[in-house]
This record gives sequence, structure tokens and C-alpha cells, in this order.
Amino acid sequence: MVGEGILKGMAETARNFFGSFVSKDRLTTVQYPEQRAPQIEAARDFPFLVYDGADWHQGMRCVACQICEKECPPKCIFIEKSKDKKPDANGKPQFYPAVFNIDISVCMSCQICVEVCPFDAIKMDVDYDLSTDDRFGGLLLNKQPLSKSNEYYREIHPTEAAEVDARLAEERARKEAKAKSVAEGKLATAAQAQPASGEPR
Amino acid sequence: MTHLAQLAQQLDQIFVLAKHWLLGYVPAGAQPLCSAVLSVVPIIIVFPLLFAITTLLERKGLGRIQNRYGPNRVGPFGILQPIADGVKSLTKEDIVPITADHAVHFLAPLLLVSASFMDYAVLPIGRNMVIVNLNAGVLFFFAVGSLMELAVFMAGWSSRSKYTLLGAMRAIAQMISYEVPLVLASIVVIMQAGSLSTVSIVNMQATYTGIWPHWFVLTPWGFAGFVLFMVAATAESNRSPFDLPEGESEIIAGYYTEYSGFKFALFFMGEYIGMFATSGMAITLFLGGWSAPFSFLTWIPSYFWFFAKLLALIAVFIWVRGTLPRLRMDQLMNLAWEFMLPMTLLNLLTAGIWHFMPAGSSRWLVCSTMVVVPCILLSRGLKHKKKFQVRTYHYSE
Repeated sequence: MVGEGILKGMAETARNFFGSFVSKDRLTTVQYPEQRAPQIEAARDFPFLVYDGADWHQGMRCVACQICEKECPPKCIFIEKSKDKKPDANGKPQFYPAVFNIDISVCMSCQICVEVCPFDAIKMDVDYDLSTDDRFGGLLLNKQPLSKSNEYYREIHPTEAAEVDARLAEERARKEAKAKSVAEGKLATAAQAQPASGEPR
Repeated sequence: MTHLAQLAQQLDQIFVLAKHWLLGYVPAGAQPLCSAVLSVVPIIIVFPLLFAITTLLERKGLGRIQNRYGPNRVGPFGILQPIADGVKSLTKEDIVPITADHAVHFLAPLLLVSASFMDYAVLPIGRNMVIVNLNAGVLFFFAVGSLMELAVFMAGWSSRSKYTLLGAMRAIAQMISYEVPLVLASIVVIMQAGSLSTVSIVNMQATYTGIWPHWFVLTPWGFAGFVLFMVAATAESNRSPFDLPEGESEIIAGYYTEYSGFKFALFFMGEYIGMFATSGMAITLFLGGWSAPFSFLTWIPSYFWFFAKLLALIAVFIWVRGTLPRLRMDQLMNLAWEFMLPMTLLNLLTAGIWHFMPAGSSRWLVCSTMVVVPCILLSRGLKHKKKFQVRTYHYSE
């Protein structure tokens, strides 16, 4: 008969209506600014720049190679390379970004910048409280607000960060070993060459 | 005891007495005008306020039906939400499409709101509380109610957009289709009351046998008429499950897609005010208007009962909206023409038989059968006609 299903449905919604006042389990709402749902580890929204050590400018991993700028599909990254070099975390002199801007109103959170970065300098952040009353300046982040420490990265993406740290440490160790062997080889050749001629190369 | 009864009566007539007291200070020449203003202004204040409260109650109720909280941020428990909404819609930019017909585009929301307010002219809100006691009140109500269709079409046509035009066409088709069962469902009351005046229809229902009132809804034809009237009223006010004209998923917001800011709010308000008016008419025709549900409750003021019934009907509207999904266009039309129309016509016959049969249980039996059996047979028949098949699309093959 017409209306049977309607009455069943109305009974169900009435049960929901009164039930939501009685049992708190029915209400799945998380009251956002006061409560937050736990984030999953793979959560991501906008990119940030990783730095090592204590000083954000000193320890910046980015060497302004501009690959991310070229790869970014919506072109939200703007980089200006420095004229001079500064020592990076390992003490090796490198170029650094004089300007590094990300327009997060344009960014589509695709993570391509992270995937193409050869220096593990750019990673995805999880901070989503980014609303601002200045829709131009407030959404164009320059390099200082973009810079976040490696410790922070470990905190938000522990598994991924451990993997990156291990890889970087391995690379560094390999480089050091190579440098050492090169230096030793140099020493050896120098030692061999010295008796033959004192002429500097 | 008589003293208490007198007090109750004075409380019941407090607004009428206040109006007469105020009119006493006005020179005789200006009295008709002042009387009109004093009757109209409270309506224009009270019903938009009720609209504001209803939007909040609706959002809260729908939230609870879906196991959510609903708005709870503005003020304690979100009770100031309507004020925030009002400020927002007032301060929003008013965008008019460049190719729109500006004059008609501007007039459509005004016409909708004024047409829906005009409905209240004949609604008795309490004992002796009606703006005009027209002796063709019910006719006036439906005539003015159909002005809303004009406003809807003005909005859809003048915006010069596909969505608004499609929405307006849907709305017109729906409103005209459902106006037929709406009017036919109310004719049974006119037959029984022998009057088109809303005031005398209510007066007729405000009598009691024992403790029971003589509401028309408490008869088989009255109950069927009430249900049919409410279904048609839901469709008439474009509310879920008959909200095809503004079906968000297909045609954005239907005929008021191109309205923004305060004009949009006016459309919204006009629709709700119209819904209250049709609910008020249902109350007047079937639920005894301002009369109390039991004879021992008559000491409570009449306007209280009217608004209590109105709020109850609004709650049902919200409940239905929270439950039922939107109909398809063909289902909507089938319901109007293949189910509602035959049922209302049969109901006319039932009401006639009720009138001419002697009072007693035999007339209850006959009339109830005349309502229930066709309802079952019709719904069965409609179900049988339905063919379930794989849908094919001619143009995609």
C-alpha cells in the first residue's frame, strides 16, 4: 500500500532524532576548533621546506635547483636563486633560494615537488589551520614560514622521515668514505710523486 | 469561577481589545486606515519572526535526524543563527546577470513575498482575529496563492539562464498540477460547512460533543482530505520530497539560481511564508483553526492553539524533509494525476454520502470503506503498472 515505506522511514528518522539526544554515541560530529580528529600518517596538504640543525636559514636543505618550480603543475612555486653561496648543513658551500614563495591558494597538494626534489628539501605538511583574513599576502608563503625543522618532519611523518634520514646518512657516509679514500689516494700519490719532483700541480 | 472565566476570555481577546483601545485615540476619519495598519503590521512582524525561528528549528531538526548537532555556534545552542544569516544575506553583493530583464528580475521576489503575505488576510489566527472576513475567503486564498506561480515564472524567465528557466518550468508544472488536488481536497470542507468564509468554517468546528471537538479531520472524508491537502501543500510550497524545482543536483537552485544577497533571502522567506499560509489554511479547514482540541482546554487563548497547531505542522514538514528523497519528475506528475486526483474526486462523493446518511456507526463504516478501499486499490494498480527493466538510452547507442 502507498505510504508503508514512508511510515517506516519516518519511524527511522524519529528514532535518530530522539536517539541523538539520549545516546552520545550516535553523534559522530567532532566539534572542530576544540576537538580534532586524529590524522592518519599519510595526511598531506601543502609543501614546506626542511632544514637541519637549529638555524632555519643556515640549515636549509634547498639549493635552489628550481626543479620543483619547473615541475609544479599549477605553477604555484616561485624561486629566485642566490648570487652567492652559503655552507649547507654539511659545511659544503651551496647556492640557496634568495626567494622561495608558494602560493597555497594555487597549490593543489599533488606532492610532485616532493617527488622530484633530489635533496629531500621539500616535504608535505599536515597543518590545515591556514585560514587568513588577507587573501593575497596571507596565502602567499615565503621561505621563513615555509621552513620547518627536520624534527618537525619526524614528528608528522615518522616512517617517511626515518627512511629519508637513513638514506641521507648513508649518502653522507658514502661521500665521506669516498672523500677519505680520495684524500688517502691523493696523499699516496703525493707521497709517491714528491721524490720525483717538488713542482706543485 | 465566573471571574476566572472572564479573565480567560479577556486574555483570549487581549489583542482585539488592545486594538480597539488604540483606535479610540484616533480621529474617526482615520480609523479605517489605522485599523488596517494595526491588523497588518503584527502579521508582517510575527510571520517573518516565525520564519527565522523555523529556519533554525529546521536546521537543528534535520541535524538531529541525521545524527548531527546542527548549528550550535552563534549564541547559546545556536539560537542567534537566524540573525547571523540575516546579516550575511543583507551584506552580500547583489548580482544581476547582465542579460537579465532587470525590472522583472527585481520584481519577482517582491511579488512572491507580497503574494504569500496576502494569503494571511483571510486566515483567522484567533477568535475575532482575522484581517478581513471575506465571504469568499477560501476562494481568495487560492486565487492569491496562485500568484506565486507568476512570481516563480517571472524569476525563471527574467534571469535568462537555462537553469532558471528549467526550474521555473518544473515549478509551474508542479504547482499547477498540485493546485487541482489542493482545491478539490478543500472542497469537501466547503460542502460540509456550506460557506466559503474561513471564519464561519472555524466557528462551525469550534463546538464540542462531550470533550471531543467537531474538527473535520475527525471524520473519514475529513481525514482523507487533510492528508491529501497536506501532500498537495507540500508540493505547492516546493518542499522536499517535491523540491524538484530547486533540485540542487540537476539544476542548481532552480528558478532562483541567479539571485543573490537579499533577493535570495526574500525568495527563501516567501517560500516559507507561503508554506505557513497553506499550513494555516489546512488548520483552518480541517484542524479546527483556533479552537482547542478538548472542551476542557478552551480557557487557553485561541491564538495559542493556532500557533501550536502551526508549529506541529511545521515539525511534520521538517520531519518529512529529513526522511524522504526527492521524486522524479514523472513520479511527481503520476502521483498528482493518477493518485491524488481520483482520490480527491472520490472524497467529494464520500463527503456527500456522509452528509445524507443518518448519523451513527453505519455512516462511519461506509465512508471509511469508501476512503480506504480505493486508496489500496489505486496504489496496487499503480504498483502493477510499474515495469522494471534495464534502461536504455537511445542517443548513446
